[in-house]
Amino acid sequence: MPPRRTPVPWWLPAPAVVGGLFVVVPVLAMVGRVDWSSFVALVTAPASTTALGLSLGTAAAATGVSFVLGYPLAVLFARSTSRWVGVLRALVLLPLVLPPVVGGLALLAAFGRLGVLGAFLDAHGLRIAFTTTAVVVAQVFVSMPFLVSSIEGALRTGGDRAERVAATLGAGPTRTFLTVTTPRVLPGITAGLVLCGARALGEFGATLTFAGSLQGVTRTLPLEVYLQREVDPDTAVALALVLVVVALVVIGTTTLRTRPVVA
Amino acid sequence: MKTLLRSVAVAAVLVATLATSACSTPGVGGSTDTASGSSAPSGSITVFAAASLQRTFTELGARYEQEHPGTTVTFSFAGSSDLVSQIRNGAPADVFASADEANMAKLSASASEDDGGGDGDGDLAAGWPRAFATNTLEIAVAPGNPQHVTGLRSLTSSDVQLVTCAAPVPCGAATAAVERAAGVTLHPVSEEQSVTDVLGKVESGQADAGLVYVTDVRASDGGVDGVPFAESADAVNTYPIGVLRESTNPVLAASFATFVRSDAGRKVLADAGFGAP
Repeated sequence: MPPRRTPVPWWLPAPAVVGGLFVVVPVLAMVGRVDWSSFVALVTAPASTTALGLSLGTAAAATGVSFVLGYPLAVLFARSTSRWVGVLRALVLLPLVLPPVVGGLALLAAFGRLGVLGAFLDAHGLRIAFTTTAVVVAQVFVSMPFLVSSIEGALRTGGDRAERVAATLGAGPTRTFLTVTTPRVLPGITAGLVLCGARALGEFGATLTFAGSLQGVTRTLPLEVYLQREVDPDTAVALALVLVVVALVVIGTTTLRTRPVVA
Repeated sequence: MKTLLRSVAVAAVLVATLATSACSTPGVGGSTDTASGSSAPSGSITVFAAASLQRTFTELGARYEQEHPGTTVTFSFAGSSDLVSQIRNGAPADVFASADEANMAKLSASASEDDGGGDGDGDLAAGWPRAFATNTLEIAVAPGNPQHVTGLRSLTSSDVQLVTCAAPVPCGAATAAVERAAGVTLHPVSEEQSVTDVLGKVESGQADAGLVYVTDVRASDGGVDGVPFAESADAVNTYPIGVLRESTNPVLAASFATFVRSDAGRKVLADAGFGAP
């Protein structure tokens, strides 16, 4: 059992409360502007449900891809002793600080029809432009760094003593990775998946720049919110509320289970 | 916390620097029209203008300041509907120039229901808005028009990856109007949120063609070629300008709005491809 509570400075709660309110009040204020009489009609309109379905599907796909590619990356970062790893990490985590629109432009330069890789893919009949794949590509680009840094943090905190012990007991690297490393770092993985999924769900700028916006193909919920706001702020607010609820459900269910790591 | 405070301060300084550098841009072009010496406007105003006016209004602002020493004209450029909602939420604007009449109408008279700003008058000062320019659609294609696009009908070919504006935004409404006029149904691969996004998709080569305004093609400086089409005459977009009732400097605001509609102002707009109202 860990000690119940570490003493904190007496003045700490003041800025903490202000910080909490700063985040909560705008969301509550938005909820206050929802026109409940038309809420159901607005949210169940075909454009809305299509966008929500597309958002959930692409965010799930992006989280899966991010895990398959990002987990190994996190392990290499955490275990490497090379002094270049710092530079590499900074490069890979760049999308965290990059404005998403810039991320979209970078993706265009790489995977666009005239891009470095895009032209090659295009010549082989694989066109990403304006497809749902482009949405997933944009989401992976902006959200994978969250997963990598979250898992790497957990790996570093945990250290590699257990792995060394496993090796002395004769376990091969793959077996150690699957049966020792992975279970030990599971809370970090869960936290990483949640952050990554939430970021993918809210992705807007890179998608708009790189993938375009067409109902049922590339227009995810954030893009639909932005478009509806042009004509009808009520619809935009209603849809935004759906997005908030989905995000809360995702974060809520997982943080309850992995409380010590995330909280 | 300390770092946060510092970054907030840095951000504030950056914003202030940007704002001042934006409005202290020296006058472009050499033509110095002699200032008419009536009751001289002074002080500063903030002009909210549609994104498509960024180039022309920046130039007009610089010229105005040159002709009226002691005045400062600051701009905020964004989509017209964004600007309308900012104004209705109390943003301190003195002049509003919209890319379409629908958004301006939201500020005039009866349209302002929920802003509590007194019934009847709306958000505009008496005598406004007034039209100052028009804009029509053109087909933007890659330089050299490699796909030999000749008109709206050639955009229906499945070989042409077409991008348009989404129906809710002004350029999308214009797109729907030319479709009706030409009797064709377009099947774009993407319906963008703004005309800038459409232009960007064509400039980057993602799309083969896009429906944008004449002025966007002109402003791309060779990034795209423009293909005019007859049906564009059925969707002429009128740009209105208006002085806001809440303006803290109505003299300067009216003077600048009048300057935009003057011969000198019209010339700058015409050079950018805008038509006369």
